[in-house]
Amino acid sequence: MNTKEEIWDYLEEVKDPEIPVLSVLDLGIVRSVEVNADGALVTITPTYTGCPATHVIEQDIRSKLTEKGIENFTIKTTLSPAWTTDWISEEGRRKLKEYGIAPPEEASLDKSSVSDHPKVVHCPRCHSTNTEMKSFFGSTPCKSLYVCNDCKEPFDYFKCL
Amino acid sequence: MNENLKKALFEYLLWMGDTTLVLGHRLSEWCGHGPILEEDIALTNISLDLLGEARYYYTYAGEVEGEDRTEDDLAYLRDVMDYHNSLLVEQPNGDFGFTMVRQFLFTAFWYHMQDALLSSSDERIRGIAEKAIKEVTYHLRHSSDWIKRLGDGTEESHKKVQEAVETIWMLTEDLFLSMPNDKLLIDEKIVPEMSGIHKKWQETVKTVFEEATLKMPTESFNMKGGREGKHSEHLGYILAELQFLPRAYPGAKW
Repeated sequence: MNTKEEIWDYLEEVKDPEIPVLSVLDLGIVRSVEVNADGALVTITPTYTGCPATHVIEQDIRSKLTEKGIENFTIKTTLSPAWTTDWISEEGRRKLKEYGIAPPEEASLDKSSVSDHPKVVHCPRCHSTNTEMKSFFGSTPCKSLYVCNDCKEPFDYFKCL
Repeated sequence: MNENLKKALFEYLLWMGDTTLVLGHRLSEWCGHGPILEEDIALTNISLDLLGEARYYYTYAGEVEGEDRTEDDLAYLRDVMDYHNSLLVEQPNGDFGFTMVRQFLFTAFWYHMQDALLSSSDERIRGIAEKAIKEVTYHLRHSSDWIKRLGDGTEESHKKVQEAVETIWMLTEDLFLSMPNDKLLIDEKIVPEMSGIHKKWQETVKTVFEEATLKMPTESFNMKGGREGKHSEHLGYILAELQFLPRAYPGAKW
């Protein structure tokens, strides 16, 4: 029987299919791992309702655990409490930035999507705050399209949820 | 849960699942046809969110029914008369202005529904609402922004959206259609009373229309019956396309 810690380590190897620099742990998708006599129980939560990656992530976790020789395990999906970008780890934020995606900046429920006062977003390339939202909806459900007015580069911003 | 309550809940979940699925399908028809790239992406993003919601409702409906029907069985293997979606969402896209009017009128309703379902006594429904409300909040902002921009835009854009409002208005009451069995669910505090949602919807629509310089129609004629399975001719065409594959190739898998 594998220990809880071993399973957490294996899960670190499972990457997000859309943003492959992030692991499912960086994203805060894995909520808990429990091990008892019947096997392991991995509880995950979807990021966005419409995220097509959710299904792939579950399959990837399944394949990874099977590959590591774990036979008895269950993957459970939970909706509540609802996923929030606050659960993206510090490490995850750093990786996002390096990858060219501005990480969510505000540690609370997104106000920019519901108010008329968009927050300040730092350009992941030149760190300028002179940036502008071009489209709230981006290449995946979790991103908005921004452009930096200083270095003139467009970039993705991981929107707060 | 007694049988009557179970049946009422099953049908209510189907209504929510069918409504989000059908609107999600309509919005997906914009894929590759949006007036600008950003809108193409926005409409299909929203479509995906609605599809995600539909999946949650169908999965739960199947469990409540207890006859091993999966989300796919419920989406693909029921015909028009067994679909319970509201009439508004099955209407064809028309032009971009028409789609936005339909979208705004629905989303204003859906936002208040989800907000009310946050305090449902049913844990599953509450969980879905907690998840959905975050997304529906920015869906509402998106369509409200467009209604203001088009309504208070050029003479042409104003004319088009005002006409769309007048065309589609007679289907809005149907969103609030209650079924006799809803009372069981209301008594158990599983779902809210529609009268409260209606009032909030009217306030939201009024506020946005005022800013958009659009007139709220006052006509009293209304078509209702979506939840009873009485649909416009359009739903059949949607289902013919949406259900083709599993009908032609029963049991097909990826």
